Amino acid sequence: MESGIALQLAQTLLAVLAAPLLMGWVNACRAWLSNRSAPSLLMPYRQLRRLFHKDVVLANQASPLFRLAPYAIFACMVLAAGIVPTLMNDLPFSPAADAIALVGLFAMARMFQTLAAMDVGTAFGTLGARREMFVAFLAEPALLMVFFTASLIARSTALPTIVDVFAHQRFAIYPSLAFAAVAFWMVSTAENARIPVDNPTTHLELTMIHEAMILEYSGRHLALIEWAVALKLFTYSALGIALFLPWGIAPVGDWTGLPLALAALTLKLAMGGFTLAVLETLNAKMRLFRVPEFLGTAFLLAVLGMLVHFLLEV
Amino acid sequence: MAPTDPALPLELAWGCTLAWVALGVLQLFTGARSLYYAASALVGLALAGIALAALGKPAQAMIVPLGLPDLPLHLRLDALSVVFLTVQGLAACGISLHAAGYFRSLDPATARTVGLWYNLFLAGMALVVLTDDAYAFMVAWELMALASYFLVTTDHAVEEIRHAGFLYLLMAHVGAVALLLAFGVIQGGQGAYTFDVMRAATPSPFWAAVAFLLAVFGFGAKAGLVPLHVWLPEAHPAAPSPVSALMSGVMLKTAIYGLLRVTLDLLPSQPAWWGTLLILLGLVSTLYGVIFAAVQSDIKRLLAWSSIENIGIIVTGIGLALVFRAESKAGIAALALTAALYHVLNHALMKGLLFLGTGSVLHATGTRLMGGLGGLIRAMPWTATLMLIGVFAIAGLPPLNGFVSEWLLLQAFLFTPGLAQPYLNMIIPVAAAAVALAAALAAYVMVKLYGVTFLGQPRSAELAHAHEAGWPERLGMLWLAAGCVVLGLVPMAALMLVAPASQLLLGAALPVQSGLLLAPLGAERASFAPGVLLAVLLFMLLATLLWVRLAYHSRVRHAAAWDCGYPEQDGRMQDTAEGFGQPIRHVFDAFMKVEREMPDAFDPKPRYRGATRDRLWILLYTPLARLVAWLAEQAARAQHGRIQWYLFYSFATLTFLLFFVSR
Repeated sequence: MESGIALQLAQTLLAVLAAPLLMGWVNACRAWLSNRSAPSLLMPYRQLRRLFHKDVVLANQASPLFRLAPYAIFACMVLAAGIVPTLMNDLPFSPAADAIALVGLFAMARMFQTLAAMDVGTAFGTLGARREMFVAFLAEPALLMVFFTASLIARSTALPTIVDVFAHQRFAIYPSLAFAAVAFWMVSTAENARIPVDNPTTHLELTMIHEAMILEYSGRHLALIEWAVALKLFTYSALGIALFLPWGIAPVGDWTGLPLALAALTLKLAMGGFTLAVLETLNAKMRLFRVPEFLGTAFLLAVLGMLVHFLLEV
Repeated sequence: MAPTDPALPLELAWGCTLAWVALGVLQLFTGARSLYYAASALVGLALAGIALAALGKPAQAMIVPLGLPDLPLHLRLDALSVVFLTVQGLAACGISLHAAGYFRSLDPATARTVGLWYNLFLAGMALVVLTDDAYAFMVAWELMALASYFLVTTDHAVEEIRHAGFLYLLMAHVGAVALLLAFGVIQGGQGAYTFDVMRAATPSPFWAAVAFLLAVFGFGAKAGLVPLHVWLPEAHPAAPSPVSALMSGVMLKTAIYGLLRVTLDLLPSQPAWWGTLLILLGLVSTLYGVIFAAVQSDIKRLLAWSSIENIGIIVTGIGLALVFRAESKAGIAALALTAALYHVLNHALMKGLLFLGTGSVLHATGTRLMGGLGGLIRAMPWTATLMLIGVFAIAGLPPLNGFVSEWLLLQAFLFTPGLAQPYLNMIIPVAAAAVALAAALAAYVMVKLYGVTFLGQPRSAELAHAHEAGWPERLGMLWLAAGCVVLGLVPMAALMLVAPASQLLLGAALPVQSGLLLAPLGAERASFAPGVLLAVLLFMLLATLLWVRLAYHSRVRHAAAWDCGYPEQDGRMQDTAEGFGQPIRHVFDAFMKVEREMPDAFDPKPRYRGATRDRLWILLYTPLARLVAWLAEQAARAQHGRIQWYLFYSFATLTFLLFFVSR
């Protein structure tokens, strides 16, 4: 049990520490793909360090909620990262929350983020909050439907069981999962504020979603939010791996499988990050009112996946 | 059946209702004082305690020689009544505490009548749950409806409120007629109207279905199921806030109680299509309610629409339980019913809390239109903090209570193991999508409510004078907020309360677990440990805070908001409630009729007006009202004030009746 808790801590710490690296990798890939010379892979770490050392400039009318929110968002994301199996399956903390509770955790972080955005009471903050909730109300049910499809196959909403069934017990081809995977990718781009839903590098206020919400943040608060964003991308990637490419995740107590699991995770994350960069380079950001169509498609694909499961796989 | 021993908890519960009646009469004659409301709160607490003491004990019955000759009151306390009495007691305790402060501002004459009706309303609701014969049930039901009607029309000088009250009374009575008919059908001419006789009756499938449909109509009208919901968004805003809290949090639940009592207790068997019908009605209400909640700009109206949504979720759970029961999957039926009853408990607490908080805002600012609010978190930190708990709970965020019941319901949706009808197998998980969508939209609605009202800059200058709610109000809200937290962190407590009711209605219950882990169907299928989740979350929060402080610094400089360097900014530049709801209006355009008035760009005094109307009102109710008006006009032709014609009518009627007698 102690070794399990130690491993749980190690896995969570790995997620927290490696998340900015993944962000740096995606940024580097994007730079290469658009013929720019890439920044160092460690650039996100340097930015975080710089922000932590800076003073916080707080708007006069900010309430305590505004100062609490970055810590709450960061804590929610660390918790989410702790639940998703990345290296080893069935660690002690994972029974505390299943896939549906994970969606709840993401929702809680989002709630803090949007409320904090409305707290100072600027035009851009409320605009960002409104857009974020607008995207989320479509993305969240689609994400749940993806989980439902996986859980109908595995007969469980517990992530360790899902990973266990897909990676170790049965090897079968599930057409429903193909639909779910595409839907999951579409939802992930929306939830992580990536192209084509939102542009993570934008500096044009009227097109922003995520950036508009954090305009008033500075210093350590901004650092925590940026870190949480990187952690969210990492968690979503790990989640995609756990659901659709679980091979390599070691069963609990299998110490010898650990190096292999680490190698597999690194490889899969690198591939995933590169694919994200390719798709972001090839696509343009959509108009906001095209987003419902995009996410509606994701929702439909997830529902189709579920129906396919009932038609072909039961 | 011979009366069993009149055992203690039931007598005490009956005593509580009498105590409320006495408190009401006392206030009518001696004038209302805060102390009386505090006493009402104590009675509520006592009622909850008494109900909990009866938990797990066999049903008790007693006969009170009160009422018409040969029609004494039959009372009964069983596992189902225990659940609803607990809900009523806990919610009434917090709401009455709040009322102790809130009603202080009424003028003395109004305060007397409000005091009477408020306590009679409480007594009526408790009595509905305790009665054991149709006659007493209808009396209690009417007491509840009339008391709440008088409370809704407290401000009867305002025409809109009179109008809302009339609509409420009308819908309440149309529903009551349906219930009377339903009881008549179940009883089937055996002459006795006690529930025991009805339980023993075996109506044919056709008549059982008729009774069920009448009950769905009657109880649906009270619960606010779409399309019988029209009175709800009118009556809730009209009533004083503690009354809105009682109506939404508690009264709507008596309709759920009635539906369960008639469908699962009084009627002998339930075909699967009953469940399908309830699922359908529930899902329509859920989505319709939450979509309309998103476009409201009056806080209480928004909360009223949100109640329609929550009632929809509860009814969906009941429908799911009926479907599984018909398929003899008792275990999952118990899961669905547990989720529904858990949500009953949750909604009473969280919606009560939100209505009370709105009441405090209304007292402090004089408005419940979000367009004139904003930034209240600074003037009213207590109300704002407690409201934040309510908002998080109703948005279904872990580890608060709203999440647990939705989680249980989704679990019930997901585990449809090989039902006999293949279409149900497919439809049920897809229906879970609708619940997921509603949950996500509910979060949208709550961010809008909280963000526009409590956060940001004040939208009008008067808000500087807003004052924090008084201590009784704060205590009342604190009580309900604490309930939300406890029920979220210790779901076992709620499961223990609900399990005997589930056993009574379905013959199966979720196994009650101890410990921190909630795993209704086995840990490998799904598990959730809210306590652990919160503990780790708080630990992470503190650890991060400490680490940032120690490793770096905690320097803060205060400055004006940056806002991308735009120099002039005031409260009016933030999103309004209408603006925040605009995307939803855009997406769900088809459901609502939108009226807009846009000012001209050069208008010196620009005025913007936007209103959304319920299309069902236009499609269903307007033609109905026109038909009634037309029929009344036709009937009026027979009235022309000439005595000889009236004599002729009497003669014709008598001849007609004689024809029956002579046969």
